Amino acid sequence: MNTSVSIKNLSLDFGAVSVLKALDLDIADGEFLVLLGSSGCGKSTLLNCIAGLLEPTGGQIFIKGRNVTWLEPKDRGIGMVFQSYALYPQMTVEKNLSFGLRIAGMPKPEIEKRVARAAEILQIGPLLKRKPAELSGGQRQRVAIGRALVRDVDVFLFDEPLSNLDAKLRAELRVELKRLHQSLKNTMIYVTHDQIEALTLADRIAIMKNGVIQQLDTPDVIYHAPKNLFVAGFIGSPSMNFLKGEIIVEEGRPFFQTGGARLPLDGYRASETLASGRAVVLGVRPEHIRVNEERDGDPVREAVVDIEEPMGADNLLWLKLDGHVISVRVNGARRFAAGTPVRLSFDMSMASLFDAATELRI
Amino acid sequence: MAEAAIHTSALQGPQGRRPKSLLSPRRIVIYGLLLVAAFYYILPLYVMIVTSLKGMPEIRLGNIFSPPVEVTFEPWVKAWSQACTGLNCDGLSRGFWNTVIITVPSVLVSIAVASVNGYALSNWRFRGSDLFFTILIIGAFIPYQVMLYPMVIILRTMGLYGSLSGLIVVHTVFGMPILTLLFRNYFTALPAELFKAARVDGAGFWGIYFHIMLPMAVPIMVVAMILQVTGIWNDFLFGVVFTKPDYYPMTVQLNNIVNSVQGVKEYNVNMAATILTGAVPLAVYFLSGRYFVRGIAAGAVKG
Repeated sequence: MNTSVSIKNLSLDFGAVSVLKALDLDIADGEFLVLLGSSGCGKSTLLNCIAGLLEPTGGQIFIKGRNVTWLEPKDRGIGMVFQSYALYPQMTVEKNLSFGLRIAGMPKPEIEKRVARAAEILQIGPLLKRKPAELSGGQRQRVAIGRALVRDVDVFLFDEPLSNLDAKLRAELRVELKRLHQSLKNTMIYVTHDQIEALTLADRIAIMKNGVIQQLDTPDVIYHAPKNLFVAGFIGSPSMNFLKGEIIVEEGRPFFQTGGARLPLDGYRASETLASGRAVVLGVRPEHIRVNEERDGDPVREAVVDIEEPMGADNLLWLKLDGHVISVRVNGARRFAAGTPVRLSFDMSMASLFDAATELRI
Repeated sequence: MAEAAIHTSALQGPQGRRPKSLLSPRRIVIYGLLLVAAFYYILPLYVMIVTSLKGMPEIRLGNIFSPPVEVTFEPWVKAWSQACTGLNCDGLSRGFWNTVIITVPSVLVSIAVASVNGYALSNWRFRGSDLFFTILIIGAFIPYQVMLYPMVIILRTMGLYGSLSGLIVVHTVFGMPILTLLFRNYFTALPAELFKAARVDGAGFWGIYFHIMLPMAVPIMVVAMILQVTGIWNDFLFGVVFTKPDYYPMTVQLNNIVNSVQGVKEYNVNMAATILTGAVPLAVYFLSGRYFVRGIAAGAVKG
């Protein structure tokens, strides 16, 4: 793996509060890495450290093999796009794009060439003479991306760039960003709290909590094989359903025992042998529970529909099962009135099993 | 069918109780009080203007509220160019130009320094910057009288005592706490990401200040300018203490004209001189009232 950005043992303390804790992270050349987490998890802090806007308390940062830990932001070969766009309000779009180049004393023809190229890539040519106040949110964010683009940098840093846009525009720009990454093939580090953005854009996702990376993997693995309970509960909307229970091994067959019911774990690929009596948490995503569609031999649980949320393509059912509320996603055409009794069967091959004490995946 | 149509038409148009009319009792009371207050404040100005346009015989009649029977601009001319203060008899004009020479550089220097201070304190936070700021603000609450004599010693040591540049230094120093507070709060309220973006773009301390911050600081510059122009123009104490008679500002000269004990009190000349002295701050208030209020609010909201 050709590393583009490498972070070694990075820590940052604000007074007594430790925001980043001995963090290691290697990002491959041309990779789109998303830092995902709820607010206060340290993801923006990490990005600001990479950008050189915050001084880490300890550890090192390498970009393209160069130790940049104490370098000024401009000397790191990075471009950054901010949530609030951060366009200079008194300058036209053109001046905004060229500001960094002018500061660096680049010759005029080269500046014009680069601005023209960025404007073409981002389709903001007609806006060049306007002031930021005369642009829409989407146009502003495009200019902000352009400002990173003209600097011809190795690494793009995005700090929640789409959070200020409305849902429709966010979806559009998400696609544009992905297209941009596919054509530029730059390394991109992208901070967000929106899991849809993370899942759709990322080559790999780093899920953070309390200054520690919980899991670093492809969106597919993160979604289907979360490493611990936090990641499992964080990714997916609505959240994964969790059932507490214990492992029972009978005649060599492992079962998950909860309440009075017993679910066979034959289809589950555990990373270790399942011992009888171990307290565990079973995690099943809403789309991996079948309603009234059990196959032969599937153990069936009885539940009652509490609320249904029709979402067009999908229909989300909130069911009562042994006093717990669980969510199930079914086809939008299938409608259930509140109070309807239903039969549930679980797709155990897609489920996740966690140790109740360590909260780690088994 | 017809019944339904009537029903819907009744539902169209505004519903609920009508807003109160202009002449409700409450409004009459409010506007009445406002008018009384406005009248109370405008009255002295009226008396001053009217008196300054009268000749002395008319003033001696004693009716200060009556408009002048015979309008004369003689007192204004006298106040500007002939009134005597001590040895000189060239009126307020000398003081006017002294004040201009004091005010212009004092305002420019104090705003230039304070804006850089505020910018540094909000964006380039250094070790102990909060302590530094606190000390600066405490400075704003120490009465001027306490610092008067130490300041004299400092200026004497620097060889600036009694000179115009000495007074400019004094005004710059004493304007620093409030102006720095004003600029710091303004720059702190600007989005921090703007500053970060400029740093990523490669701009340094002065690059960001001149290219990004200064163009955005125009409103607060205007506010600071108003505060400083009116403050320094109206200054009396520093003008007396730190200069000599040749450099006395307008306010000091006004005092000398009005309080001269010899001869008859020329009320009309005194009034004209007072209005002339207050004309610049008055004009500033009238022309920039909106900015002034905004500035006071900007300085007051966050500490």
